[in-house]
Amino acid sequence: MAATRTHIPLRLWLCLSVLVLLAVIVPVLNLLTPPEHSLHVPTYVVSLLGKYLCFAILAVSVDLIWGYCGLLSLGQGAFFALGGYAMGVYLVRQIGSRGVYANPELPDFMVFLNWTELPWYWWGFDHFSFAVAAVVIVPALLAFVFGWFAFRSRVSGVYFSIITQALTYALMLAFFRNDMGFGGNNGLTDFKDILGFSLQSDATRLGLFILTCLALAAVLLICVAITSSRFGLVLIAIRDAENRARFLGYRVETYKVVVFTISAAMAGLAGALYVPQVGIINPGEFAPANSIESVIWVSVGGRGTLVGPIIGAVLVNFGKSWFTAAFPEFWLFVLGGLFICVTLFLPRGLLGVTESLFRRSWSMPRRSVAASTPEAAE
Amino acid sequence: MTEPILYLDSVSVTFDGFRALNKLSLIVEKGELRAVIGPNGAGKTTMMDVITGKTRPDQGIVLFNGDIDLTRLDEARIAELGIGRKFQRPSVFANLTILQNLELALAGNRGAWKALTWNASIESRDRIDEVLEIVNLGTQKNRIAASLSHGQKQWLEIGMLLAQEPLLLLVDEPVAGMTDAETEDTARLLKSIAGQRSVLVVEHDMTFVEALDAKVTVLHEGAVLAEGRLAQVGTDSRVIDVYLGR
Repeated sequence: MAATRTHIPLRLWLCLSVLVLLAVIVPVLNLLTPPEHSLHVPTYVVSLLGKYLCFAILAVSVDLIWGYCGLLSLGQGAFFALGGYAMGVYLVRQIGSRGVYANPELPDFMVFLNWTELPWYWWGFDHFSFAVAAVVIVPALLAFVFGWFAFRSRVSGVYFSIITQALTYALMLAFFRNDMGFGGNNGLTDFKDILGFSLQSDATRLGLFILTCLALAAVLLICVAITSSRFGLVLIAIRDAENRARFLGYRVETYKVVVFTISAAMAGLAGALYVPQVGIINPGEFAPANSIESVIWVSVGGRGTLVGPIIGAVLVNFGKSWFTAAFPEFWLFVLGGLFICVTLFLPRGLLGVTESLFRRSWSMPRRSVAASTPEAAE
Repeated sequence: MTEPILYLDSVSVTFDGFRALNKLSLIVEKGELRAVIGPNGAGKTTMMDVITGKTRPDQGIVLFNGDIDLTRLDEARIAELGIGRKFQRPSVFANLTILQNLELALAGNRGAWKALTWNASIESRDRIDEVLEIVNLGTQKNRIAASLSHGQKQWLEIGMLLAQEPLLLLVDEPVAGMTDAETEDTARLLKSIAGQRSVLVVEHDMTFVEALDAKVTVLHEGAVLAEGRLAQVGTDSRVIDVYLGR
């Protein structure tokens, strides 16, 4: 029976291989081919791919709670943005006296606001390790406190979705305020370097890209480990029959808080990798629409599959990049239409459809999302 | 008289002015099989909600296994203490296999951290096989629960209760939607469980209640109307008026 749980499906191997290949091939093609070569990957494409992979991490974090525990968070973008801000604060501190006002103590926007000293919550962010810890801990802490109250009060279903949406909206309004001390409307930008490496150099960008590939692989593996443990079984049990699980003696709220906290930490990590690659973080990242988009990536790719959401995030964002350039006014209609079509016609997402097509044509043994394979269970 | 497993004294529950339970008193002995009947709205399900911690009574005493006050505990803790509850509609984990359903029900640590590192032990497998045998699902343990028939789901849920090793089983309308043969089997199964464990069954099907051959409690408007053997209760004119019909 233990073998059932550690059984690694084909799609996971494929996904991990692709990630490792990307981490190797993209830098090689960027560095070793001349710019006019047809296989050359320009640096801006590297950063674009890196951005997609950050979104993929966010999508996996959404799938962990929604696909396996039935918690539809419409505020996952809040944790992503908080992780991004934690990294942004570090990057701003690295600017030092190279800002417009050349103030060695204060970032430009604080000088502009006539602040005389650094607010206490900026302390410590001069150190990279402190910032990295904050990237994970700040979103996790918020999710823990928020989840503690929400789940203990038995807030579930659509009510949970609504209050998570309210959470990210409230944070957006808060971060828009100058008094908040995070650059207000403009957010944090004009970053110079990270750990002493210039963010403008190709090598740093490649480094960030490789790091993002590895982070995505790690997050994916952690999620697979969680969902294939007994803990994962309980999550599915809660998703499918919450009362049954509760009356069997499982403290449902504890499980929900734990998985919500883990997922928030992952979203924070995604945000932290995103900010140095796009060069800016502003309150717009808290916009409810971002969180909703992340849910769409998951449903397009295939909810409850972990790998599907990665595919969904990359494809939808690729479509977004193309559409917003070619037909900018149509993108939101396309996105909305996509969500409706997937919900109506592809409830198991692209991955679900592809796998059942392959199964039919190759008559592969049936493998269900969360269940065991008969041959391994014997 | 032996010591009671369950002791309810003068329990009242009000929902928005509606008295769902009205000074209900009930005693279930250890090892007893008890059938509870009564018209819709008599308070049968509310009574189970009170016992399992889902609903808090406005007043009254609810004691389990001696002096454990159930009105102060939550559902998870009450389940851990040894009360298993079967819902009216079959409630199993549809996307998991029979085996996984039983594994989750198996008595043991319910903690979240423990669950991240759990591995099936030999003893737990033996216990699962035993339960599979009892509920007649031994040959299909790798089937997804969603694919089971209605009756099989009911039995799987009873099996999950057994795997939980409870002292008291609360069983809400187990034979609704079952064939006659399944109903008979279910009566036999519940009778065989009683003895080692106490069983409280809520049911509408009078043939089934007859087959249980147990002490019957008739609820009406949130209180006990009559109690005794079915033959005796069945001749009570008040019971006939409110429930059985003339």
